[in-house]
Amino acid sequence: MRLTQGQFSYLPDLTDEDIRVQAQYAIDKGWAVSVEFTDDPHPRNTYWEMWGHPMFDNPDAAAVVYEVNECRKLHGGKYIRVIAFDASPGWESIRMSFIVNRPKTEPGFRVVRQEGEGRVVRYTIESYAVREPEGQRYA
Amino acid sequence: MTEDAPTRPATVDLAAAYAESGVREVLEELDREMIGLGPVKQRIRETAALLLVDKARRELGLASETPTLHMSFTGNPGTGKTTVALKMAELLRKLGYVRKGHLVTVTRDDLVGQYIGHTAPKTKEVLKKAMGGVLFIDEAYYLYRPENERDYGQEAIEILLQVMENNRDDLVVILAGYADRMDRFFESNPGFRSRIAHHIEFPDYSDPELLKIADIMLGQQNYTFDPAARAAMEEYIALRRGQPHFANARSIRNALDRARLRQANRLFSEAKGPLTAADLSTLTEADLRTSRVFRGGLDVDRVRRAQAAE
Repeated sequence: MRLTQGQFSYLPDLTDEDIRVQAQYAIDKGWAVSVEFTDDPHPRNTYWEMWGHPMFDNPDAAAVVYEVNECRKLHGGKYIRVIAFDASPGWESIRMSFIVNRPKTEPGFRVVRQEGEGRVVRYTIESYAVREPEGQRYA
Repeated sequence: MTEDAPTRPATVDLAAAYAESGVREVLEELDREMIGLGPVKQRIRETAALLLVDKARRELGLASETPTLHMSFTGNPGTGKTTVALKMAELLRKLGYVRKGHLVTVTRDDLVGQYIGHTAPKTKEVLKKAMGGVLFIDEAYYLYRPENERDYGQEAIEILLQVMENNRDDLVVILAGYADRMDRFFESNPGFRSRIAHHIEFPDYSDPELLKIADIMLGQQNYTFDPAARAAMEEYIALRRGQPHFANARSIRNALDRARLRQANRLFSEAKGPLTAADLSTLTEADLRTSRVFRGGLDVDRVRRAQAAE
């Protein structure tokens, strides 16, 4: 099951050139771009691992593509995303986020039903991937 | 998927490309703002022509490789290397070889770390900042210190070489420094020599050129020499050249800064009535003649202070 989080996730995988253009858009808007990775694709997992510092003072997006490729060398089997943080007052939040790398096979999520008091059923989802311990997911 | 789809133009109008790219403005600016430096201007004009032709060739499909643009600027201090690098960045941006055209100026301190594992991230950080523009490494030979085999400079050199080769589209590296020491640096690091296509030498300025530079520097700050002061400046330049730590245009700038200081002092202590704009902006002979240079230069115990001031 293809993970669809953030922008462009229904499109074919972005090429390096696509990534560069998108990141350049963010940089030109004055947002700090950074690269993050994770092996836990749960949609509520907002805090991914940071790959280096956010790039506050790089005027050109080639640096972002360079870091994405560096990250791929080490974490090529995991999810990698590029996010753009807007520090301007009133926003102070992520303005862009898109996945730039995904594992070869994505097992998807299962529904977990928990029976509560009475006949209440609570639903939650769990990625099949996280049944394996950290570091062993996605081979 | 569009390998052979785009139709290529059959002809290329170089003159139109030249006018369109805005290269002419940069070259004219260079001619106007930089005094002397004949060979440097010539080389830059040649490089611009080469890059323009190369661009045209790529449009016709005759070449596809990005040419190597890394350069080395050699010359004595104060000969305009940094200023020319700024112009070069602008030129490369107008020709479309770098995207942003900003200049990042660094020295050894910005690239080399202090402990194991510190150098690589530091160098990469700088390289990332320079991407899309020009990285100007001043006094590049300090990167290589053969006397200390555990020096981290070597690590910075390796990363630099790697990025210079693999990210040729993303940034242009300019190494700068004194001619003789740069030569030795290239000898011990053959990797650099082969990756640098353009070696540009900056000659020293002649005395009349330095005087012209002094005039321009003063003009930019709305100051002028009176005729006697101009003669004193001429003499000053000739004397200063023979003394230690002579740094071409930079020495001139420092001399003018000190002359302005003396002028301010003089106005403050002598002026009795209201001053005119002309009074405030004219440097007189006295402001220059008080310089140590006219008294045989820097005394031995003053050398250290002068170095600190430079």
